[in-house]
This record gives sequence, structure tokens and C-alpha cells, in this order.
Amino acid sequence: MSTVATFEIEYLQYLDADGKPVRDDLPEWSKDTKELVELYKQMVFLRVFDGKAIALQRTGKLGTYASALGMEATHVAIGSAMAEDDVFAPMYREYGAQFYRGVKPREVLMYWGGDERGNDFSGPAHDFAWSVPIATQALHAAGAALAFKIRKEPRVAVSVVGDGGTSKSDFYGAINVAGAMTLPLVVVIVNNQYAISIPRSAQTGAKTLAQKGIAAGIDSIQVDGNDLLAIRAALDHAIKRARHGHGATLIEAVTYRLSDHTTADDARRYRPDLEVKDAWTREPLKRLKAYLLAQKLWSEKEEEAWKAECAERVDAEVNAYLETKSQPVTAIFDYTYAELPLDLERQREQALALETRKS
Amino acid sequence: MPQITLIEGVTQALAHEMRRDPSVVVLGEDVGVNGGVFRATAGLQQLFGPERVIDTPLDETSIAGLTVGLAAQGMKPVAEAQFEGFIYPMMEHIACHAARMRHRTRGRLSCPAVFRAPWGGGIRAPEHHSEANEHLFTNIPGLRVVLPSSPGRAYGLLLAAIRDPDPVIFFEPKRIYRQYKEEVADDGEALPLDVCYVLRDGSDVTLVTWGAQVKETLEAAEALAKEGISAEVIDVATLKPLDFDTIHESVRKTGRCVIVHEAPRTAGFGAEIAARLAERAMYDLVAPVERVTGYDTHIPLFRLEMKYLPSVERIVAAVKRTLAAS
Repeated sequence: MSTVATFEIEYLQYLDADGKPVRDDLPEWSKDTKELVELYKQMVFLRVFDGKAIALQRTGKLGTYASALGMEATHVAIGSAMAEDDVFAPMYREYGAQFYRGVKPREVLMYWGGDERGNDFSGPAHDFAWSVPIATQALHAAGAALAFKIRKEPRVAVSVVGDGGTSKSDFYGAINVAGAMTLPLVVVIVNNQYAISIPRSAQTGAKTLAQKGIAAGIDSIQVDGNDLLAIRAALDHAIKRARHGHGATLIEAVTYRLSDHTTADDARRYRPDLEVKDAWTREPLKRLKAYLLAQKLWSEKEEEAWKAECAERVDAEVNAYLETKSQPVTAIFDYTYAELPLDLERQREQALALETRKS
Repeated sequence: MPQITLIEGVTQALAHEMRRDPSVVVLGEDVGVNGGVFRATAGLQQLFGPERVIDTPLDETSIAGLTVGLAAQGMKPVAEAQFEGFIYPMMEHIACHAARMRHRTRGRLSCPAVFRAPWGGGIRAPEHHSEANEHLFTNIPGLRVVLPSSPGRAYGLLLAAIRDPDPVIFFEPKRIYRQYKEEVADDGEALPLDVCYVLRDGSDVTLVTWGAQVKETLEAAEALAKEGISAEVIDVATLKPLDFDTIHESVRKTGRCVIVHEAPRTAGFGAEIAARLAERAMYDLVAPVERVTGYDTHIPLFRLEMKYLPSVERIVAAVKRTLAAS
């Protein structure tokens, strides 16, 4: 018998749960204190927004909403690591990445508030819209990466799937194609431990999700997804490799969904309180704040002021969302095709006539 | 002008558009080096290189997902499902993404892709290689569904499908891939994607069909003519959007309609045509609408498949029933 392949999965962490560096080779960019503080501020903004969105849903002003609570470090790291020209193919809760890319909070609210115009967002026009069918977006990102490769553009496609998403053939297809075609693709698994109620342990017998990339022949790494420094460092490396033609990377960001799956879910049905309580000790904001405080880059006073500013900004976005009138009934038909076929033109007229009669 | 077969019409259209538009790429299983299992993409990789004629890993889901990604990012992909029976894994990407991308992003993104597949029975193929499943796509908003039945229409409609700004399902009736040749100029002239074709004028009955069944339907019209019955034959060609006005105009003249298709009957696309006749042409009809279709069963393995597919005999019998009814 001979061994034809062996593998190992690296686990990357810079800051422990208390914000103490666990190694002394912190990434160079993190010494740019202004940027580090900015990233932390973005994480705080995301959390304030998230809380407000849930409150809106609870008071009947928003439809079902998927929270980002607990995943802020990973989401903000993705947004900050990508170039504007790169293409982002999110699942449906990576607002932190999208805010960084110019998407407005009001647009997120529009989407979950039942209005397609949320998908016509202010971020890069080439970015994909939210993708509810699990893991399909990973293949769209692979397709985008293939377009870049064909056109010889130095651009990278970045996609996100959850831990549950790694069970889908679309995920396997995306990393397989990326390996076979050496595509400029980065797939981030936001392993938040639950796919609605199904725990990570029930998704797969594999010890890590990152190791699935080994079989696809692409670089694979596991990182502490609550450690902004770690996830950002892994992304920087992966995006640089992809941009220079060295192929795809799979990053498993280990984190925890501190919220329900969506506002339509009640996680108390399937996970013990103690587990959630324990997860709160490792959450991403607390550790980065502790690090910034220890480095004297941030203060409680600044924290308080920033939170107040976030609340104000979010309120303004919420107002803009609430003040946006519904689209006219003709919007049901518009954009179904570049040009409406005759059949649809007739149906559109019928719907419009019905509306006119009512008013 | 060269005489070409239907499948050569497909190849000629692909080559023409790839030459004209550098954003057109072809992808699928065995489409490159091998030139496609039916030879639809023969020679294209030699002409345009492996970067534009792409042999993919063997996964229809991946082909469809890549196609959506390519199309949304400025390419014009033409994806091949090797057989229509293998298109099912692609359907999530077609229905949830390709077909609704323009709508759900309010026009910010779109998906100008073509999904090609050899389609239908009658070539003594193995299981899952002989389905007629066009009706599964005609119910999906945002798609166009096209089924050419001649070399010239294969060429002209595929050119139009590739140039169309929205996703197109392009089914190729493999039974008549090489049935006959006709002159097709490689002039880049596309055909409209919302028009039915009247293939034969008649005054007693309208025969409406598409795909390979055009062959049997024309033969039935010929047989009926010998008995003094004049049948008009319409090739629907583009099922979605449907040019119902052409069908209606014919039925206004003949008063009778027989719809012929090889897919199962219930909720097949013939049902849509029959429903529209009931809605808009009831008073033009002098006899009930007849459907000659595949049975509501799976298409059998090939020893029995010709007994499943509509035959000239069944079409003639249906026409005679409509004549006897009035």
C-alpha cells in the first residue's frame, strides 16, 4: 500500500475571544489603525442596523428578515477585502459586505419589505442580487470568474454559502469547476453552525467544511470567523492569488448564528440556551473592541458616540424605506422581458384597467 | 448555396454568431474536442479555441449555473444539455435565476443565455434520451421556448435566440436532425422569435404542431389531400411567446383544429392552444378541437416508442373525426 495524497487544514486565528493576540505576526494592514477602527465601526453599524430590522419586522413594518447577528466580522471582512471591480455573489444575509460596497440599508429593507427595487441596489451594478435558492450563487460566481478568465480581466468573484449550503451539489459543482478550470474564485463558507435547525454535525461526516476544497483541488483554509483579522487576512491572500491567476480558494469561517435563522424561526426549539450563551462569549464585536481598547485606538466614549450616530443613520434609512411608495401594478409585468411579448402586454393592460377602475 | 441538414443549421448559426460576436461562448459536455455527441458543435473548438468552446465537467447543474454567471457578466453563453432528459438538474438555475434575473433586479442584471438540447423520441436511444418536455418550460415566465423543424428555421431561430436579450430554451428535434437537406445561406439573417409558420395552405382543417411531428403532420396533410381534404399545417416554432393570432386566423378559415405533439397530453402545450381556441375562437369552430399527442405515460423504451409517438394514421383519423362532427 502506498499513500497517494495526504492533507491538512490550517486554522487561522489572530485574536482570541478576549481580544488578545494569539500570535505576534499580526497582518501588516491591521497596523493601519485608521482602517482597523473603520472596520470595527462598520461591524457596529451592521449590528445596530440588524437590531432595527428585527424590530421593524416585529412591529409589522418589514417582511421576514434574515439576521446577520454574530457574523459581522466575516461579512465586513468580505466587503473590505474586495475591489469594486470584483463581483460579489451573496446568499441573503451579508449586508455588512454589501454596505461596504455601496448598497444602502434602505435597499436591504426594500427587499425584505417585499419590493424588487431592493435588488436594484446602489452597490456595483455587476454584483449579483441576494440568492435564496441555497448555494446556487456559488456557481454564478464561478460563471462570473469564467467570464473574467475568458476576457483576461484581473477581477475576482467572491461568493458566500452557509454550512448547510456545502451539502448542495451547486457548492460542490462550483468548487469542482473552479479547480478544473483554475478560476479566479473565492468561496467563503460562513459556518454559523446551523442550517435553520440542522446542526453542522448533521450536515456532513467531514471533520471540517474547508476540507471539501481539497477534493476539488483548490486551496482550503479554516479561520476563526469571529476574528476580523483572521478572516480578512485569509481573504486578502485568497483574492490576491485569484487575481494573479493562481486559482480558487475555499475559506471556512467558523462562527455562530446568534439570532434565529430568520424572523420566522424560533431557535429555542432546537438549540440549548447554554450553547447560545457560550457562543456570546466568542462573538466578534467584543473581541475586536477589547483589542482596540487595549491598543488605545478606541474608547468607551467614542463607542457611545458612534452607536448614537449609527442609530441616527439607521433611522434615516428606515424612514426612507417607509416613505417609499409601492410600485404601480404594472411593475408586476415590467422587466419580465427586455420587451414585453404581446400576450403579456395584454395582461398588463388588464391589470392596469382593473387598477384604474378601483381608484 | 450549400445544402445543409437541421443539425448543420445549428452548427452554422453557432459559428456565424461566434465569428460576429466575441462574447458568444459555447459550453457543455463533449462540445469541444468531440464536437458534441450529435456533432452540433463539430469544428467549433478548432475555429474558436478551447476558451470559447468549453468542455465542462460532467454536471448539468454546473453548466447551468456557469451559464447564468457568464450571461449576467456580459457574455452570451450557449449551453448544451446533452439530451433533454438531462436538463432537469438545470431547471433550478433556469427557473429561479435565468428566467427571473431581469425581473427581480428591475433590469439591473439580465441573462441573455441559450440553453440548447436535442429533444424528443424516435431514434431508438436508451432510456432518458427521448423525452418531450417543452411544456415544463412554457409555464416559466421570463423564458422563450423555441423548437425549429427545418434546417433554415434551425439556423434563423438559433441566431435570434443567441441575439435575444433574454434566456431562450432551444430544443432541437433530434429525430429530424438529418431528415433532409435544404439550401440555407449563411447570411446572418435571424428569424423572428414570436411567429408561427404556415407550412401548407388548406381550407378544411388546421393542423398545429412543432418539432419532429411536423414531418408526420405534413405527411398526413398529403394523405388527406389525396382524399380531397384540404389541411393547413402550422409549425408553431416558438411556443413561448405564442403567436396565437396566426393560429386563430387559420381556424377562422377552416373551422377545425387538430393539435399534434409528442409530449404527454395532460397539461402539454396543446392544452394551452386548445384553451385559447376555446377563449377566443369558439364561434369560429364547427367541430371540437382534437389533440393527437403522446399518451399520459412515460415514453416507452424504443421497441414501442413509435407506437407512442403520434403517427400519420392517428392524425388522419383525428381530422376525419373533426370532419364527421360537422
